[in-house]
Order: sequence, then structure tokens, then C-alpha cells
Amino acid sequence: MGSGKKTVAIRVKFFASLRESVGIEEVEVDAETVAALRECLSSRLGLEVLDLLQAEGVQLAINQRFMSEDWRTNDALIPPNAEVAFLPRVTGG
Amino acid sequence: MAMRSVLIQEDDFDLAEQYQQLRNHCGSTAGAIASFVGLVRDHNAYAGDGGEVASLTLEHYPGMTEASIDNIISSAEEKWPLLGTRVIHRVGALGPADQIVLVLAASAHREAAFAAAHFIMDFLKTQAVFWKKETSSLGERWIESMAEDHDKAQFWEDGPASVNEK
Repeated sequence: MGSGKKTVAIRVKFFASLRESVGIEEVEVDAETVAALRECLSSRLGLEVLDLLQAEGVQLAINQRFMSEDWRTNDALIPPNAEVAFLPRVTGG
Repeated sequence: MAMRSVLIQEDDFDLAEQYQQLRNHCGSTAGAIASFVGLVRDHNAYAGDGGEVASLTLEHYPGMTEASIDNIISSAEEKWPLLGTRVIHRVGALGPADQIVLVLAASAHREAAFAAAHFIMDFLKTQAVFWKKETSSLGERWIESMAEDHDKAQFWEDGPASVNEK
């Protein structure tokens, strides 16, 4: 609403079983940290979806690099215009 | 610098053609090229529920999947003196008996070629960014990661040297 606050859009992608559970392939949100991302996704998609995204085995990638295993609790920075992805446990070739 | 090629594609591949390309590249320096082709199994393949598999659909994350395979090849190159490697992995819908993955490894000696192809394949099963969905007579399901595959990859962590020494 023209507040002048600078927003940073990031693209959030969901893969495989997560994409099907969430019901969409990707969403754009404004978040500068992983904590802010969690909040955005919770309000946009609901707590149940957030739980799915934080389930055991799910990995978070930012700009195609895996985050460390503690991504659920840390508050890593997300660069502007980043591509963020939630990946279910991979099932190999 | 060992030549490497990683391709993710929907199309099928031709083993002879891929082999020939790697062979041409290596020239007379290669004493061995090991090849492995993985096929889609038709029965009770992954889910273990006895359902007959009608199709297997593979999904990947373009860019990240290639990078994950590249990392596996780098690890193999650190362990063995490789002259070239080639990996093709198919994605999309595949049917029983379809070719799904190709691994070629060239080296001066057969031990390294065999071991590297084996190593790359074992890690493709656990580290490469792919997801598999199985459609069987019992329905559709995303395949869970298999403990057995992780054990196989762990074998290399525990004692990769043992293969080279024998």
C-alpha cells in the first residue's frame, strides 16, 4: 500500500511429494531470513503445510545449495531474489 | 583433466554410441571402460507391496540434480585415476524394462574403471537429487528412500580402498 517499505521477493519451490501435498509448484513471498520465510508460509499456506515442510527428512535449498540440517531452527539470511526449495528426501537414480 | 559428461533427459540413450564417444575421447590412454545400465524392474520393485509396476515417474530439480551428480563424479575422481566419466539419467515416465541410467567410467586399468562405475552408481542411489513415483496395480506412491541403498553407499565410506587393493 505504498508504505515505501522495500520488499524482497523470493521464489519458493516445492518438489515431488511436497508439491502434491502443498498443492502448488511455487509461491512468491517476501522474506529476508528463514524465520521470516517460515512465518510467511505459515500465514499463506497454513500451519499444517508448514509442518509438512518441516517434517523429518525434508531439506531446504537456497539458490540450489543445501542448507545445514538445522535449518528448521536457525535464522539464516536469504539473499534478495533467491530461489528457495523444499526437497523431500531424495530417492535416487 | 578427466572428461566428464552429465546428462538428464527424457529420451532413451544408446549404450554403444555413448561408449564409442568416451572411447574416442580417451584414445589409447584407456585400458578399460566399465559400463553400467540400470533398468526399470517390473514387479514389486520398490514399494514391496507386491503390486505390479506399471510405470515409474522420475522428477528432478534442474541444475541441482546435475550438480549433485557432478559432486559424486568428483569424489570418484579423487579416489581413482579416471580418464573420463559419463552419466545419463532419464526423467519423466518410464515403463518396465526401460533403461533408466547409464554410467561409464574409463581408466588405464580395469580395477579403477569397475570400482568407479560401482561407486558412482551406489551414490546416485542415495545422493543424486531425484524422486521416484511408482504407479502399480495397487495405486500411486512416492518411493521412500531405502536403507539398503544407504548401506551400500556407506560401504565406500567405510573402506573404499579395499576394492582397489584386491
